[in-house]
Amino acid sequence: MSYRSNLEKILSEGRFVVTAEIGPPKGSDAKKIRDKAEIVRGSANAFNITDNQTAVVRMSSLAGCVILLQMDLEPIMQMTCRDRNRIGLQSDVLGAAALGVRNILCLTGDHQSFGNHPAAKGVFDVDSIQLLQIIKNMRDAGVFQSGDPLLAERPSVFLGAAANPYADPFEIQVDLLRKKIDAGAEFIQTQSVYNVEKFARWMDDVQSQGLDKKVHILAGITPLKSVRMTERMKFHVPGTDVPDVVYQRMKNASDPAKEGYTIALETIRELKILPGIHGIHITALFWEEIIPALVKDAGLFHQI
Amino acid sequence: MIITKQKNLEEILRVLGNGPVFLIGCSECATLCHTGGKDEIGAMKEALEKRKIPVSGCIILDPACHLNNNKRMLKEYSKEIDRSDKILVFACGNGVQTVAELFAEKEILTGTDTLFLGEISRGNEFDKRCMLCGECLLDIFGGFCPVTRCPKSMLNGPCGGSSGGKCEISSEMECVWDRIYQQLKNKGKLQVIDVIQKPKDWSKAVEMKRRV
Ligand code: SF4
Ligand code: SF4
Repeated sequence: MSYRSNLEKILSEGRFVVTAEIGPPKGSDAKKIRDKAEIVRGSANAFNITDNQTAVVRMSSLAGCVILLQMDLEPIMQMTCRDRNRIGLQSDVLGAAALGVRNILCLTGDHQSFGNHPAAKGVFDVDSIQLLQIIKNMRDAGVFQSGDPLLAERPSVFLGAAANPYADPFEIQVDLLRKKIDAGAEFIQTQSVYNVEKFARWMDDVQSQGLDKKVHILAGITPLKSVRMTERMKFHVPGTDVPDVVYQRMKNASDPAKEGYTIALETIRELKILPGIHGIHITALFWEEIIPALVKDAGLFHQI
Repeated sequence: MIITKQKNLEEILRVLGNGPVFLIGCSECATLCHTGGKDEIGAMKEALEKRKIPVSGCIILDPACHLNNNKRMLKEYSKEIDRSDKILVFACGNGVQTVAELFAEKEILTGTDTLFLGEISRGNEFDKRCMLCGECLLDIFGGFCPVTRCPKSMLNGPCGGSSGGKCEISSEMECVWDRIYQQLKNKGKLQVIDVIQKPKDWSKAVEMKRRV
């Protein structure tokens, strides 16, 4: 069997996977991204490059992915629907595939009002589910969204999407996951987990519908670095669920960064043994240097 | 209804400079959202005259977006209009342009910002409902428009930021997908959410003219 990407290969072999996020710089210096990548080299199987995350302008995801490829690292290109219409998105899928990108994560994207250009016009011509289906059809049927055929080579990419067990209404989150799978998602990276109990309830539903057999689910981890960050996540970041116990632990800690690290470690250990979880996705916001130790201490290192 | 808001007086004065000026309001939407009805035009006349800006006359068009009707109604005011180089219109962007069509030689000024197509939900409250997309999808979504009322125009379900019925953009805003979900649930039609809605056909929204 030939695989489109190494990520697909190891997931298909049933091995536990680690992915980690790298945020591109707010500038054109490629070294910035290389330095970050060197820190996490060997600590994950593939690396997400964000696409103007939280609507803040940064180096493009595609450029970041190519820099990683030059370093022999495997990128996952994040694509949001906020800044490009279906013409721009499809064109970038072709370009990315031509340059060697083999994993694409389809997201709708944060609204422009959150970022550093709130006066921008949001595009949102398609949503993440439509984007998945568009790329799947380009790849499998050889047609663009309009029905027009691709003429020279189809983009051979492994497709991913996000899932958030903490969003409302809770009852339809599994339906939305099924919809993403139907649209073309082959792997899922979830929202960062702090509330393991609620996550496990969602996974129960996912399993009862057999969806964990149809898609590879990687659970999200974001280590808390400070009380301030915990408060931001708890009170201001939409769609995150930081339980009171976690908040209290961070507040009472003499060394919050250490406590946040311990919490992340404990969470990974709990998630690792949850049936249906095929990997961990680490987003260490401005704290990439913690990733190697975290992966090692969590006993994930030997898997990579 | 087309919802407008009046530009603030300082801004109007800055653009207006000296008079004299002729004022135009509208009997329909701009009256209902208190931006260009009789009361507002009267108050504007007073405010301008207090600042020594002469107002040569005023009229409430019925409504401002009706070209031939405007011609007829404005004919009776030709003397007052002749005395002003400037016409200040308090109607929606459409009303202002319909007036501009008639007075190539005058300076047409806009007294309002046109916000959206919406409903009067309470006496003084207006909510955006439609963005005139050219192909109405309301039947699918139980009568709630995600194209307009979801800031990301999501057609396939709520985004990951929907929380407690509120939109991730602001706790003041409802998440329309929560409304759609409740509505479909009450009607026993939740399976609608399982259907992948195709990307919208925006070619339907580029019409510039319609003839019947
Ligand atoms: S679907 Fe289109 S026409 Fe119908 S309410 Fe929404 S924006 Fe208006
Ligand atoms: S919270 Fe609801 S209304 Fe707001 S952007 Fe997300 S889906 Fe749309």
